[in-house]
Order: sequence, then structure tokens, then C-alpha cells
Amino acid sequence: MEPVVHLRSAVSLLGRFPALAGVDLDVMAGEIVLLQGPNGAGKTTLLRTLAGLVPVVSGTAVVLGVDLCRDRRSIRPRVGLLGHATMLYDELTVADNVRFWARAARASPGDAEAAMGALGLDGRLQDVVVAKLSTGQRRRASIAVMVARRPELWLLDEPHAGLDGDARDVVDGLVRQAAASGATVVVASHELDRARHLAGRTATIVGGVIAGSETGAQTEVHHVP
Amino acid sequence: MFRDALLVAGKDLRIELRSRIGVNQILPFAFLVLLLFAFALDPDSGVLDRATPGLFWLAVLFSALLAIQRAFAIEAADGNRDGLRLSGLDPAGIYLGKMTAIFTQLAVLELVLGIGVLVLYSSHVTGWALMVATCVAATAGIAAAGTLYGVVAAGLRVRETLLPLLLLPVLSPVLIGSVRAFEAARNGNPGEGWPWVGLLAVFAVAYTIFGAFGFGPLLEES
Repeated sequence: MEPVVHLRSAVSLLGRFPALAGVDLDVMAGEIVLLQGPNGAGKTTLLRTLAGLVPVVSGTAVVLGVDLCRDRRSIRPRVGLLGHATMLYDELTVADNVRFWARAARASPGDAEAAMGALGLDGRLQDVVVAKLSTGQRRRASIAVMVARRPELWLLDEPHAGLDGDARDVVDGLVRQAAASGATVVVASHELDRARHLAGRTATIVGGVIAGSETGAQTEVHHVP
Repeated sequence: MFRDALLVAGKDLRIELRSRIGVNQILPFAFLVLLLFAFALDPDSGVLDRATPGLFWLAVLFSALLAIQRAFAIEAADGNRDGLRLSGLDPAGIYLGKMTAIFTQLAVLELVLGIGVLVLYSSHVTGWALMVATCVAATAGIAAAGTLYGVVAAGLRVRETLLPLLLLPVLSPVLIGSVRAFEAARNGNPGEGWPWVGLLAVFAVAYTIFGAFGFGPLLEES
């Protein structure tokens, strides 16, 4: 079976700086992989590269069967990226935002309603403009947008940030449900205890390269140049 | 593409209706420009009356700069430009949608501003068909070029100050054509004005085609 994510010596630049300095990573369909590492290690850049937002300048990068070195655009609608920014329009209501992005992704209206319901954004909250939401509510709305688009590859950058305990459990449940239905998930997080329970494998990134990976009791350390 | 354009236009117009930036800031700014022109030029000498078409279109152009900057400021906030890139929306559809939203706002602005000109400058109007056609063609041209240059400036740190420098020279044919057509309509010689409308239409169509093809790469770079 072909991996959903296949990177070999992948290099991505932020300006002139190599934010990814030769990443090797394979992620199989239905797998949940935790990406850990210190600040500035390249976690966010790796997620944005997998989403097709940051170009790969050398090496091999195939995501969902698409060679990112040749075509970054065509995978984007198939990928859901939950980044630090919420990607929400402040002046629109929660429902307006979720429905707009769902329609843009050719998802059905039912997907938008279901996503809002799953994140506890149904009822009165869906008619509140985003500018008036709390940080946690904005985060939930942002996750609802991603879920409504029904992506094949979930890329989550600190998905628990700003959420209370119940909301974190809901997010973890959605991630497990997505993986069980065949979606692939890559999570970057500093909340290692919670994220390790969620993920089947942990990959450690340091200085723009994957320094090691850990599956349950097995630990594999890669050579870091 | 047209489905995506309608989706984006609907979203942008809904944002403008909710934020009321157009009503509370852009429209008062346009009226302020008209009022200052009226103070600067002596109405009794007839200069104001002769200069009315030019003053009207200058007020529209200055207001258009605000509307265009606003149209791209909403995408700059909180990663929405990344959202558009990831959305799967056709870049040409995004371009046409944003252009349609800007066109609609400017058309409403011109209608209200036109009434303001009639009242403030005590202007007389003849040649309605020519004036309406001029407004449609000129507004389409402003929106088409403005949307294209708006996304160029959106990726730059100095976008607020750079957009006027980039856009106003490009829009000078629109200013010249629309003013000449309005003058012909006011002077009761509509035959002299229609060629200018043709020029405005060519400008609008050329920039719309150019923008539909060029917007995607520019969005990537912004």
C-alpha cells in the first residue's frame, strides 16, 4: 500500500533559510502521527508543506499521490489544515463561515451543519459573529470549518490550544473517528501526554529533520547531520 | 468558475453589509471630497459647474481605493488568504467574485454620489443613457484593474501607501474616458461620448481577461 505522505530528503525554504533541511517521513492511510519538537524545529513548516502552501525545493514529496514538486495546488482541497490562524472572517457569523468554506470545498450543506453540531456550535452560537467569540469558541469554529470540508489528510497544528477539557475530548474523538474512516492525521503538539494517547506513532523533528520516531515501545533514532 | 465567483461575491458583500464600512466610512469620505471641491472652487464663477464631471470621477476613484484596500484587508486578517489558497476555489472565480463585490459597492456609491452632485453643485443632467453606460463601463474597469492591483499590493508590507501609486496611473484612461463621456452627455452631444464608452468597455474587458488569468499566480505570491 502506498503511503499517503512520502517525503525523502525534502527541503523547504522560508526566505533563504532551510526550514526543512531534508525530511524523511512516511505516513500510511488511517494513521495518526504526532509531530513533536522544540520551537522553531520546523513542525509548522512541515504541516504547511504537506498542505501545499510551502514549496519543496529539493528531494521527494508525494502527498495523496500528488508530487508536490510539480503540483502543489491540486492537493489543497483534499487537505485540512488547522493552523495558528483561525482562517475565519470576523464580520461573519460562525454559520456563515462554516457554510462558506464548506461550499468552497464542494461539501454538502449537511456536512457544515454536522460539523457545527459536533463542535457544540449549533443553536444560538452559530448566529454569533466571530469577532464576538472567545478564543476557545473561535478555535472550535475553526475546527468546524476544517471538519466540514471532509479532508482526506488532516494537518493539525496545536489543535488543543485554547480549548477547555470537554472541547479537547471532542476534538480527540473527531480525530479518531476521521482516522477510523480512512483519513490520515498529522498532529503537531507540545501537549505530549494528550497527543501521545491520540497518536499511534510519534516523530521528533529537530533542526528541520526527523531525528527519530517512536511506535509504542519501539524507538528508532535517525542520524541527524 | 462562475459558481465560485458568486460564492466569493456573496461573502464579500455580506461582510460589507455587516461591517458597514462602506456606509460609515467610504461614502462619507466621498461626500467630503465633493464638499471640499465645492469649497475650493467658486460656484458663482461657473468653474465648479464645468469641472463637475472631473470632480465626480475623482471622488469615485479616491473612494475606490478605500474599497479595494478593504476588499483585500479582510483576506489578510487571520490567515484567510491561506484559506482561499486551500479552499479549492478557482482563482479566476475568486477574482471575478471580488471584482463583482467591488463593482456593486462602487455602483451604489456612484448612485448616491450622483444625487449628492445634483444637490451640492446644482448640476443639470442630460443624456441619461450615455451617463448610465459610462458609469457601468468605467466602474467595471475600476473594479477589474483594482482587484488585480489589490492582490499585488496585498502581499506587500507597504500596501496601504503603494496601492494608490500603482493603481491611479493605470486608471488614468478610465478617468479621462469617463469625464469626456460625462461632458458630452451634459453638453447635449451624446454622439461624442459613445466612443469614450467604447474605450472604457475595452479597458474593462481587457483587464477582466488579464485578471482572470493572472490572479492565481499573484495570489500565490501575495
